Amino acid sequence: MTLPSSAPIDPLVLYGHAFDSRLLLGTARYPSPDVLEAAVQQARPAMLTASLRRQTAPAGTASQADHGFWPLLRRLGVPVLPNTAGCHSVQEVIATAQMARELFDTPWIKLELIGDDYTLQPDTLNLVQAADTLIRDGFWVLPYCTEDLVLCQRLVDVGCQAVMPWAAPIGTGRGPVNPYALRMLRERLDVPMIVDAGLGLPSHACQVMEWGFDGVLLNTAVALAQDPVAMASAFAKATQAGRAAHRAGAMAAQEHAQPSTPVLGTPFWHQS
Amino acid sequence: MHILINDQPVEVPAGSTLADAITQAQPSAPFAVALNHEFVPRHRYASLQLRAGDALEIIRPVTGG
Repeated sequence: MTLPSSAPIDPLVLYGHAFDSRLLLGTARYPSPDVLEAAVQQARPAMLTASLRRQTAPAGTASQADHGFWPLLRRLGVPVLPNTAGCHSVQEVIATAQMARELFDTPWIKLELIGDDYTLQPDTLNLVQAADTLIRDGFWVLPYCTEDLVLCQRLVDVGCQAVMPWAAPIGTGRGPVNPYALRMLRERLDVPMIVDAGLGLPSHACQVMEWGFDGVLLNTAVALAQDPVAMASAFAKATQAGRAAHRAGAMAAQEHAQPSTPVLGTPFWHQS
Repeated sequence: MHILINDQPVEVPAGSTLADAITQAQPSAPFAVALNHEFVPRHRYASLQLRAGDALEIIRPVTGG
């Protein structure tokens, strides 16, 4: 892929498309559309996630929020990443993704196939088949998955050019609950990886970026903060800081203390 | 004949097309449609004949994570 001359220095590249932000932001659970809009303007995310639900009211009687979201998305001008949230079968995923493609006019799809309603854990046994079918149908698939190495490898094998392992169950804000597996996954797979779900603090985002992940996708941690707009800004900065630290290369941890100030010439020093 | 629109029973005239049912439902734009769990692209609305018992989903964009 050739990046245009105006391309960012350190872009996030997904399916050949460069983004100058490594933060993907969800649009749900904000106190109001105005707060969502302000949070997006602070975070300047690479993409915004959105979803599909049934129309339950005739035209002209839908709620203000229903009417307001579509024009808000258009106004923000951020690429939209539709999801297949709530799907429990491959058939539901395929139909939902195809509806999303027509409605949002985009090949991007965040593949969510839920296998357990309590933990919202992905259905790891059917996720690969769903991804394979979508990719053959021309979608640019970003699969929400666990940190299981073999699952992620199989997703890559069927054509996923990026994967999105969870840090913790959706909406928990617990941060990475299995750092060993996440770091091993990062070490073993050489595709863009976005940590999706379970992040609660900017430090969580910074940490996974320090580990070498390529981006983060979050929603609840911003939307349910006391000040979502300020938290959006904090997450954006933390994501950038973690990425910069990864590129800078961290020192190796040491077992013993080593003075950072030179010992030679220490005043009042004497041989004991 | 009876069909389902978003899991609600609806009566439509026999011989109705998908476009007829959508007109009757008056969904807000933008929307997309699936029939019996399969996506139906816009260009097929007018030609797709409905049958009794068909299950229609009409969806809209909403916030999501």
